[in-house]
Amino acid sequence: MHIKETFPELYRIRRPRKPAELRAELAGKGGREYWRSLEELADAPEFEELLHNEFPRQAAGWDDAVNRRTFMKLMGASLALAGLTSCSVQPPETIVPYVRQPEELVPGKPLFFATAMPTSTGAIGLLVRSNEGRPTHVEGNPDHPTSGTPERAAEHRVAATNIYAQASILSLYDPDRSEAVLNRGEIRAYTTFLAETRSALDGLRARAGAGLRFLTETVTSPTAAAQMRDILRAFPAAKWHVWEPAGGNNALVGAQLAFGEPVQTRYRFERAERILSLDSDFLSCQNAADIRHAREFIARRRVVEHEGQKTMNRLYAVETTPTNTGMKADHRWAVKPSELPAFASALAAAVGASGVTAPAGGVPHADTVAAVAKDLQASRGKSIVIAGDYAPPAVHALAHAINAALGNVGQTVFYTEPVDLNPVDQVQSLRELVADIDGGQVEMLVFVGGNPVYNAPADLALTKDRLDKVKTRIHLSPYNDETSELCHWHIPETHYLEAWSDARAHDGTVSVVQPLIQPLYKGRSAHEFLAAFSDQPERSGYDLVRAYWQTQSINFAGTAGQDAAGPARDFDQAWRKIVHDGIIPNTAAKEKTVSVRGDFASALQQQQSQISNSQQSQISNSGFEIVFRPDPSVYDGRFANNGWLQELPKPLTKLAWDNAAHVSPNTAKRLFGGTGENDYTFRGTELEVPTVNLKLQGRYELKGVPVIVQPGQPDGVVTLHLGYGRTLAGHVGGTKTQNLAVGFDAYRLRPSTAMWHGAGLEVAPTGETYPLSVTQLHFNMEGRDIVRSNTLDEYLKGGGDTHAERESEEHGGAPVQSGEGAREVAGKETHKEPGKHDSLYPEFENVNNYKWGMSIDTTSCVGCNACIVACQSENNIPVVGKEQVARSREMHWLRIDAYFKGVAENPEGVHFMPVPCMHCEQAPCEPVCPVNATVHDADGTNNMVYNRCVGTRYCSNNCPYKVRRFNFLLYQDFNTPSLKLMRNPDVSVRSRGVMEKCSYCIQRIQWAKIESEKEGRRVRDGEIITACQSACPTEAIIFGDLNDRGSRVAKLQAEKRNYSLLAELNTRPRTTYLASMRNPNPELPSSPSGAGPHGESHG
Amino acid sequence: MPQIFHRSTNTLAKLSIFGGLFIMGFAAWAVAEINRSSWNTGAFVEREQPVQFSHKHHSGDDGIDCRYCHTSVESAASAGMPPTKTCMNCHSQIWADSPYLEIVRQSWKENKPIEWTRVHDLPDYAYFNHSIHVAKGVGCNTCHGPVDEMPLMYQASSLQMEWCLECHREPERFLRPKKEVFNMKWRPENKTEEQLAEGRRLKQEHAVRDKSVMQSCSTCHR
Repeated sequence: MHIKETFPELYRIRRPRKPAELRAELAGKGGREYWRSLEELADAPEFEELLHNEFPRQAAGWDDAVNRRTFMKLMGASLALAGLTSCSVQPPETIVPYVRQPEELVPGKPLFFATAMPTSTGAIGLLVRSNEGRPTHVEGNPDHPTSGTPERAAEHRVAATNIYAQASILSLYDPDRSEAVLNRGEIRAYTTFLAETRSALDGLRARAGAGLRFLTETVTSPTAAAQMRDILRAFPAAKWHVWEPAGGNNALVGAQLAFGEPVQTRYRFERAERILSLDSDFLSCQNAADIRHAREFIARRRVVEHEGQKTMNRLYAVETTPTNTGMKADHRWAVKPSELPAFASALAAAVGASGVTAPAGGVPHADTVAAVAKDLQASRGKSIVIAGDYAPPAVHALAHAINAALGNVGQTVFYTEPVDLNPVDQVQSLRELVADIDGGQVEMLVFVGGNPVYNAPADLALTKDRLDKVKTRIHLSPYNDETSELCHWHIPETHYLEAWSDARAHDGTVSVVQPLIQPLYKGRSAHEFLAAFSDQPERSGYDLVRAYWQTQSINFAGTAGQDAAGPARDFDQAWRKIVHDGIIPNTAAKEKTVSVRGDFASALQQQQSQISNSQQSQISNSGFEIVFRPDPSVYDGRFANNGWLQELPKPLTKLAWDNAAHVSPNTAKRLFGGTGENDYTFRGTELEVPTVNLKLQGRYELKGVPVIVQPGQPDGVVTLHLGYGRTLAGHVGGTKTQNLAVGFDAYRLRPSTAMWHGAGLEVAPTGETYPLSVTQLHFNMEGRDIVRSNTLDEYLKGGGDTHAERESEEHGGAPVQSGEGAREVAGKETHKEPGKHDSLYPEFENVNNYKWGMSIDTTSCVGCNACIVACQSENNIPVVGKEQVARSREMHWLRIDAYFKGVAENPEGVHFMPVPCMHCEQAPCEPVCPVNATVHDADGTNNMVYNRCVGTRYCSNNCPYKVRRFNFLLYQDFNTPSLKLMRNPDVSVRSRGVMEKCSYCIQRIQWAKIESEKEGRRVRDGEIITACQSACPTEAIIFGDLNDRGSRVAKLQAEKRNYSLLAELNTRPRTTYLASMRNPNPELPSSPSGAGPHGESHG
Repeated sequence: MPQIFHRSTNTLAKLSIFGGLFIMGFAAWAVAEINRSSWNTGAFVEREQPVQFSHKHHSGDDGIDCRYCHTSVESAASAGMPPTKTCMNCHSQIWADSPYLEIVRQSWKENKPIEWTRVHDLPDYAYFNHSIHVAKGVGCNTCHGPVDEMPLMYQASSLQMEWCLECHREPERFLRPKKEVFNMKWRPENKTEEQLAEGRRLKQEHAVRDKSVMQSCSTCHR
């Protein structure tokens, strides 16, 4: 049953807004500079009302179907029982020691093991924490080229992860994982599968394997690739197809177009002064390589005076749908997908790329091309033009030509062989497979991972009818999913933390994937599964991986260690070192020298004219264009059953548990304006949004798609996120067996001819509405100077400060002017910051103890959300579900607020602001607690004592930052056995009725303190790394001791950019912010004009 | 209408008001005492174990150091329970046929761990760390009592928070030189003025943190 039917009263609380009213209100509003939603921008009365309610659904407090009499009965009973239950005696426990204790394992002391998470875009090197043999948390491996920066390890060891690596812990313990080998739905032994496969293969062998087909995802494991090649050698007529719904296929095709061979582009952002992104979202950190890119990009952008850095790079972004990258850019232009190649061509011509002529017309934002080209040319050899993975191949080819013309190749841009070990055009590969299935040429189809029945393009859908033509279908998968359902055999696949493997990073460096736990459900790894098609079907994954590397020569040249010069003499020793370090040295892909093809321009023009001809007719037919993107949270759908990711608010829309059709405000008005009863509801907290029916190219249809307004979206363009609408994902991501649907399936609308962009979209409002859960307006902060920003020029001039200054002796008696470098102030009023002694409460002095503090750099934050998931994993934070999120009851200890700047139709950008508990020295939550459940400790952190908490929620009411979270219901799952293994044993698991909040990772602080005390020293700077800090790809979060003047955090808090959030309240937060900096080009208008000619005219 | 109650009941009513206070006071006292009693805390109750292991024999009579079995007491939060291997170090040679040790031999042969009954069971929200206490000069018998005289192990203290705070408020009452930490014959508590002076000196020497740190909630609760 749909949630709306279960709780109808939840969705009828607010009258939908009349668009005419809002339009009128919006028309006269130019005053507010920062806003988080359109209602806020319009100062709508609902918004004002919302501001005065802590929890927006307060009015709906009594919406359960329980009547008063039942309530009284239950209350009476629970009162009587409450007294009894509180007297519970702890059940007797047993201690079960080892028989033979393994070396190095001390119960209570976690161990860290190097491993790597394979993704289609490269592996993410990890150090995984193991508590008594249970992997519980992942952190980046500083020696790995993706998560760390090994070249700079000597001076600065950093390592980061992204949301997928962090959330993979939950996927490991997911109770919905497939647990048994199934043959047509019946449980069978794996040996039965082996025997049947063997006899089938014997039959195929006579025909050299004709009819045997493998469909894999992008393979980055050298062992797996070698296994596949061995199989193809044994069955020469067999074929290996590759399909990855959201890979970098366009980049490879684009490289083919430009260079005649599929090379991979590598970027050195740390050397780049000017960057132009052509629809690239390298700051979202969705792709593994972007963890590295984001860090290096931000390193050149962070103005830190004590490090002597006073320069910033400059980022231009041209994009077809708003992304983190575009919103962080200094200049951003929204274009329609069909216009992107024209812009790239015009720019290529302007920088003098050989053979490219500027298009005659139809160049969007043509007035800006010259200025951008001039700026890029001024930084010859020190700029980067990066095309997005999902940009058309032509744009990739043009980006290659521009980089060549700018002399960037060999400086900031390099080419290597692809990380993909079978770099074929995957769309073509799948198309061939489908054609062969239809032609009856496929006898045995082996799906090695992946879920192509769910995610194949709509015109190549692997439907039941089509697959029925294949005699034997085998699927290896961690879940019994949509593809498994249509296969004869389903083999449960291991998680990467359960089995041995290897995987290449974005630069080609190979990591050994080391398991940390025995397979929970007797699954098989891809290696063990592929062995079933070889002569040794029961070889273990460990043997296979190790044996493969034994045949390779491993060279330890240039790595640390005394016996590590030159090729390894003893393989066993080398193997131990490889497994310990997590990487195989000197395996990075070799650089390649490639040059743009001579006939590149003509090939390009030919291709473009073809596309534009076919598109032109479609555009004129309907006027809407479509953009597909992997979902920011659940990616291509493979993470759909991961509750942490489902509940993660998407970076720009803050939408959780759903996907939606993104449209611009103008398009929304055009679609829904003035149609009477079905008025469009602008964004609010309880989002009751209208739905539309979508039809692409007149053939592919999708009905009842909810619409969300995305400021910055180009007009006439609809963006859909893939990965939702799963029918057999599980209890979280949607399953038809329980009639649970989560989001809608955009793959049904996505043909192979419009993989990422397409024209010819028809949009028809249905007149119906759909509830969305959006966290955007929750925990509001009433328009005060929350986010502060400045441009580099203004900052360097240092003048024109409009903000109240205050003198502070906090930093060694030297007066520090707060907010000097942060002059722009959002909101209506500026408040005077109180002086140091303006307080009724006693000063918090603790010079002998520690003074923990945190510095969050809003310039560095790219809104990738990794910190939120890391916090959730480290601190045992529960998932609450869509309906509870709609009630503003999400439990994340850390949220990232996104503050838009500029006009709604075309915002200048977004300032991301992570907000954890501020650990105020004079915390407003403390005096209002009747039971002293929230108190300071000697080091000045604000502690939450769960066992004292009686759940009055006064503290949450009194918290100006709205960072406290209350367990309204029993959110924590105490019953599922596998989830018990996942929890961090050093953090209490909270039950119902208890308040909780960011603790500064108190367990890590105490650990470091105890270790330092035992050694008779103070905690060193950098010894305590909070979970959010360790996950952050851009080092935006720094934690440390403010009493230590030399600590990084103390130095950062002494920066001019430093400011306290709501300092006027005199809460003296320990967490402070560094103002957000931008570096706009003075030759371009600072505020981009509105949608202009690209607005309504196409409609 | 005649009065329902006789005059004399006035006295009773007055008495009951006065007595009520006592009754309430008594009830509060009783609750507090029951709460502290070993019936509630489990203190001084000897626990049955699968193997009749005697600390009195091993520690007291044979003089085996605590750390021979509880290996991680100086380095980790948990003192460490000895694996069967530790028992077999000696008992493969001595008492190798004793029927008392059948379970140990069986565990060793079948590679199945022995399941001991937990004697000291702190609540899950209290994060006690042995290593830091040992490092600061808190002796074993200060908390665990005269283990070397216990044939069967029992909990020698209430393990309630007020008991923890006794020491966290006034560590000088319990500190001893670091080399005496594992000395089971050392006095568990400093009582005389000289002993307390010694305790205060040790507090300085061992750099025991001041009251504010020791009593912070986060020191034990996370």
